[in-house]
Amino acid sequence: MKRPILGQNAAQAVLFFALLLAVPYGLPNEYYLSICILGSLNAVIAVGLNLLMGYAGQVSLGHAAFYGLGAYATAICTTRFGLPIPVGMAAGVTLAAAVAWIVALPTLKLKGNYLAMATLGFGIIVSIVFNEAVDLTGGPSGFVGIPRLALFGHTFESDHGYYNLMAVVLTLVVLLALNLMKSRTGRALRALHVSEKAASSLGVDIAAHKRFVFVLSAALAGLAGVLYAHYLSFIAPASFGFSFSVQLVVMVVLGGMASVWGSVAGAFFLTALPEALREFEDIDILVYGAILVLTIMYLPDGLAGGIKRLSRKLRRTGVDDARS
Amino acid sequence: MRIKAILLALCALFAATGPVRAAEPIRLGAVLSVTGPASFLGEPERNTIQMELDKINAAGGVLGRPVEVVILDDETDVNKAVLAVDRLIKKENVAAILGPTTSGNSLAVMGKAAAAKVPLISCSAAEKITKPVNPYIYKVAPSDRLAVARILTHAKGKGYKKLAILTVSDGFGQAGREVLKELIPAGGFEMTADEVFGPKDTDMTAQLTKIQGTSPDAVICWGTNPGPAVVAKNRVQLGITTPLYMSHGVASKKFIELAGDAAEGLLLPAGKITVAEKLPDTDLEKTQLVAYAKSYDERFKAPVSTFGGHGYDSLHLAVRAIADAGSDKPEAIRDALEKIKGFAGIGGIFTFTPEDHAGLGPDAFIMLGIEKGDWVIVGQ
Repeated sequence: MKRPILGQNAAQAVLFFALLLAVPYGLPNEYYLSICILGSLNAVIAVGLNLLMGYAGQVSLGHAAFYGLGAYATAICTTRFGLPIPVGMAAGVTLAAAVAWIVALPTLKLKGNYLAMATLGFGIIVSIVFNEAVDLTGGPSGFVGIPRLALFGHTFESDHGYYNLMAVVLTLVVLLALNLMKSRTGRALRALHVSEKAASSLGVDIAAHKRFVFVLSAALAGLAGVLYAHYLSFIAPASFGFSFSVQLVVMVVLGGMASVWGSVAGAFFLTALPEALREFEDIDILVYGAILVLTIMYLPDGLAGGIKRLSRKLRRTGVDDARS
Repeated sequence: MRIKAILLALCALFAATGPVRAAEPIRLGAVLSVTGPASFLGEPERNTIQMELDKINAAGGVLGRPVEVVILDDETDVNKAVLAVDRLIKKENVAAILGPTTSGNSLAVMGKAAAAKVPLISCSAAEKITKPVNPYIYKVAPSDRLAVARILTHAKGKGYKKLAILTVSDGFGQAGREVLKELIPAGGFEMTADEVFGPKDTDMTAQLTKIQGTSPDAVICWGTNPGPAVVAKNRVQLGITTPLYMSHGVASKKFIELAGDAAEGLLLPAGKITVAEKLPDTDLEKTQLVAYAKSYDERFKAPVSTFGGHGYDSLHLAVRAIADAGSDKPEAIRDALEKIKGFAGIGGIFTFTPEDHAGLGPDAFIMLGIEKGDWVIVGQ
């Protein structure tokens, strides 16, 4: 068994961070920055969801709800109660984590499809609350006038500034995920994914580990929600519905289960794809569907798995060429 | 190999659909919900803008230059609307933006357009869009307040005192409910019941029975298809004879189809375009409305709707402002928009002032009744 190599993770993360910071200078137009910001927000959630789905093997069809809880909590705190933005942000992440902890108590006793059903139901309940608690959430027509993010006396007015902040956040989240998976907890999570009985016979506290990873991934979704609300300064329940939960799952699966980098790639890919396909005008949705189907058919292990296979194939043909 | 062929085909398509540049066209942008839940609004808007644009360009454009509209579909999604507006402002460098179609999307993108100092003419109805007034934000869809006022004027004329309301729990119903709860008491009426139904509910007998228990003189139902059709049917099934008002949200033939015989005798406020042919010849807008309805029907083989009218009004207001300003600079267009007075559009007569960026008065709505499966005008 290899010892966790934190240095290697840090090096990867630094490289990733440098790449993220360089992206805006390679873009032909500032408009693409908005896509990158939304992409990195989605990536934060996808990385968190992958910890739960890819590594620990627990399906969640309700992650949009945690995203929404974070967004609404900070929106309500900063506008309705006039609290400072950092307090609102802390409240958003805490609320998402706290609700996840409570939800985890009964639901994580369930397995497979039943867990998926329970989280699906939870997501729908939260969505109904967003729609019906009109006095608090503004109801279906949305919540207007959320302040743009300001931290330590600096307001992130420009998209470029906001993107740089997102680059920092995403890099930290990726680093956290990479290190976690190489830690004792990460090994325990992977063990319980394969067999809960075997893992518990080896002394892994199944319930505590599952709850931990569920709360962590909800907190990351809450964090993304908080940053989303202060970026867009407008939120509506439609953004946090069932279809977004499904989209998040697709990002994780398309990117590659149990691969942190895969989730990042999946999130950026799925966020940018519809925008790139705008050139096709009326048939863009068909092309979008076709690309998804082809990706799943030819890259069953997702983007991450596909790149791995491709590089292996290249190496092998290299060897064959050398032999002949 | 097959994949490669498909990819090549896609690339070819991509190249073929690239923009064809005419000499110095004036560039406008539009963000419309052509697909998704609000496509019933966005599609006629898109069609109308394309049709009217062809007419404007055939007549020589404006300022001697052709007009070009970059139309983006937001799929009724908030994030996509924000990205689309970003793209129009930063990449397409448009002079003004038409749309978005829905109130939520309009509220979400307003800040972006205003920050970039690009005028935006929303096709949605929410009052919050132009209240408080933002110098760069205008809207063409009439506020719910005007529709409610039209119903209440009619109710007062009939001598009704007690009114009950039944609204759908979505953005449209919620906005209507707020205005109803404000204007009913303010108009000297008593509100006996305030019931709500879900957008996907298939039975409203419980709400109707409860409302009936409070014995109102009339009931006002606020929603878009299919909910109100269910309300109309349940009302007949329960044998209720209390008059029922609907909102302008169902002012289309589709509603009469859905409700069938149960639609008989219902009343609703609607834009004049719904009954263009039946308007008296003295109506100032009649010729224009009939012409629009006719050319839409010919080109798209579909009945005209109020919603397409919002597309017509937003485009024509923008073009008129460009002509008035003698410039396609966003700031100049904004200034010219604010000075437009008595502009006859499809939705009504628009008069903008620095305090009013919605532009319409109560005459934007007329009162319609449904008789033998068709509209009849019951009050101007």
